[in-house]
Amino acid sequence: MTHSLRFRDALREAMIEEMDRDDRVFLMGEEVGHYQGAYKVSEGMLAKFGPRRVIDTPIAEAGFAGVGIGAAIVGLRPIVEFMTWNFSAVAFDQILNNAAKMRQMSGGQLDCPIVFRGPNASARQVGSQHSHAMEHFYAHVPGLKVVAPAFPDDAKGLLKSAIRDDNPVLVMESETLYGVKGDVPEGDVLVPLGKARIARQGTHVTIAAYSRMTHVALEAAALLESEGIAAEVIDLRSLRPLDENTLVASVERTHRLVVVHEGWPYGGVGAEVVDRVQRLAFDALAAPILRVATLDVPMPYSANLELACIPQPERVAAAVRRVVGEF
Amino acid sequence: MAKVLDMPKLSPTMEEGVLSAWHKNAGDEVAVDDLLAEVETDKATMEFRAFDKGTLLKILAKPGAQVKLGQPVAILGAPGEDISALVAQAAGPAFPPPSMPGARPPTPAAPAAQDAPAPARVPTDIRASGVVERRPGGGISPETIPPPETSAPPAQRDPPVGSVLERTAFPAPGFGDGGQAGPDAGGRVLASPYVRKVAREKGIDLQGAHGSGTGGRVLPTDLDTMSVQGASPLARIAPTAPPAGAAARAPLLEEAEVRALSPMRRTIAKRLTESKTTVPHFYLRIDVDVAELMKLRADINAELASPASAGRAANGGGAEAAKVSLNDLLIKACAIALVHVPECNASYSPDAILVHRRVDISVAVAIPDGLVTPVVRNADRKSVAAIASEVRDLAARARSRKLKPEEMSDGTFSISNLGMFGIDEFAAVINPPEGAILAVGQVRDVPVVFDGQVVPGKRLALTLSCDHRVVDGAIGAAFLAELKRLIEHPLRVLAG
Repeated sequence: MTHSLRFRDALREAMIEEMDRDDRVFLMGEEVGHYQGAYKVSEGMLAKFGPRRVIDTPIAEAGFAGVGIGAAIVGLRPIVEFMTWNFSAVAFDQILNNAAKMRQMSGGQLDCPIVFRGPNASARQVGSQHSHAMEHFYAHVPGLKVVAPAFPDDAKGLLKSAIRDDNPVLVMESETLYGVKGDVPEGDVLVPLGKARIARQGTHVTIAAYSRMTHVALEAAALLESEGIAAEVIDLRSLRPLDENTLVASVERTHRLVVVHEGWPYGGVGAEVVDRVQRLAFDALAAPILRVATLDVPMPYSANLELACIPQPERVAAAVRRVVGEF
Repeated sequence: MAKVLDMPKLSPTMEEGVLSAWHKNAGDEVAVDDLLAEVETDKATMEFRAFDKGTLLKILAKPGAQVKLGQPVAILGAPGEDISALVAQAAGPAFPPPSMPGARPPTPAAPAAQDAPAPARVPTDIRASGVVERRPGGGISPETIPPPETSAPPAQRDPPVGSVLERTAFPAPGFGDGGQAGPDAGGRVLASPYVRKVAREKGIDLQGAHGSGTGGRVLPTDLDTMSVQGASPLARIAPTAPPAGAAARAPLLEEAEVRALSPMRRTIAKRLTESKTTVPHFYLRIDVDVAELMKLRADINAELASPASAGRAANGGGAEAAKVSLNDLLIKACAIALVHVPECNASYSPDAILVHRRVDISVAVAIPDGLVTPVVRNADRKSVAAIASEVRDLAARARSRKLKPEEMSDGTFSISNLGMFGIDEFAAVINPPEGAILAVGQVRDVPVVFDGQVVPGKRLALTLSCDHRVVDGAIGAAFLAELKRLIEHPLRVLAG
């Protein structure tokens, strides 16, 4: 049985179900309680669970990230919401040096079962300092898991898996996806961390994407279909661990790969995908792997320029045409 | 505001273009991306499209005109606009090519350009923009705008090349160099790892292949045609495809197993075809008595196997072989005979005969899927044991394909021995540019008449193939006679 939910409702359902299931789970962050969430993800949760489990924090990311990590170390299972991942930059030290390292540095004596979540990457005209794709920074760090769902069902299933995982898991959402609707299985259905999904089947080229770029890739695939190009779209869902098996199996069928992500092209998740595929599927490649990423500049504020910077379906389609048409 | 349109860079290497045809006339409305003209570049005829809208006010470059990059070709603006200043400016030397680094802005000597109100060279395309310097004089200096890192002209950056980090080694579409290049200068075929793998699996040789992709790249679909249809498309891809007639009959007969041509097989085919078709061969055969030589060989080997010899070898007494073969003795005998009859140790060249002062004997060695001819250098000056040791080493490395090219080239005479395969006699193909090759059969036990009695004898058939341009019959015969004398008095072989 499924029901249709918006992305933000799916996230809320995941949190509520997990908080019902396990009273060690609690939510903290800026505006998560009385304001009902900056993006209404936690709407109604304060009323349901009370202020001991839905905690409004000061505007002090380093502080409440640290409080959450401490709580996780001593046995609770916090969900820490960043109003946006951009603000996590001031909590970076806590995540990098405490959350990610606690298990290893304690010789396995301490766990850090914490979830950090919030909207990531560009929204609409929020300026260069609020448009970062932070997953690239965090996916670099051993000890962290990073997921970036594109659909409501994955948002719910991945968040539930994240809450139950004994490691710090970072859930990258998107302000522009919160209103997206989709069918979500009812009940306790988990999506495993580290598993990609084939969002669309195709034979000529594989487009790998995640989060909002999965939708851009699907739009590009629809454009290409009218030209006779059948693109397979892989929604990575999980960035660390990365599901290289699904990627390699797909490229072995299509022989071509275009990777799409927000964030700058230098290094990052896309480069990681390219590295894995060229190593593991070298003999399957009929074309260079192209990446379509945000342009290599701080995000402009102007709406037109912002659109020109963020990967759009036509730019993805153009990259696909190159690898399909020339090779 | 009117602006001058310049000759755009339509290929990465373009420096000038011939404006072959205008698709708009003066007075025509122009929309963004409209085809303005066709331009013949160094690569192909390219489309020159508008990246601004307006009215084409004046055409400055007539059809057929050769125009350097960045030179004015037309003026675009609003109907009725006064363009006299721009026309004057276009006529002057005011426009350095845009790619010229550090080019100065127009000097006061060209006031028309300085005062021109239209910042014609400021890219309207944000992807091409850099820092635009506002000058105190009020104008915008176009030269301070760094060129975009992509070499594509703005008209071709739609959709945009996202950033310099999206550059590739292969050309973007529209650069107009498709289908011209073929395999690159180094002879490397353009084919992806996937294409190479499939070709390997299907036994398709890609060498020399010219596919249907850009620059002659072999595409996966090219391989499909090759395997499904067999010969005719293969002829396009692989120059050594079987004749077309074979394909026509193919459906009736069981298909042959396709074995790819190895580089060695290819070389053998090329060199021997060249030899047999361009070198006038003739053949001289002689039977020699090898009873004495065989006895000598047995003595040498017995001596080499003795404890004294073995001990010396073990103490580093040199690279002496444990055994000497008949072939080793024949190499030495040939080397001595060649010193005595140097005309057989010679090569033909269009201008002269080269009579070699060195005696370097190529020894044909069969290896899996072919043969190679390692060379024993200065065989006339080496002991039989040294030759034996060297041949053993060369043959072993030939079979493991470890020979260096220089160890297989520049021989002056060849020996090919099929005796170990039970062949009595045969004629070999000359190994150019050598002038002769000796084909050696097996030692035969034959009845011979000696002093009126039939007695057991040992005979060996030798066939000399000669390049008649170098070696005449008498010379070849003299060589064989000398060789026969040496073989039948084998101490001469040892004496050198």
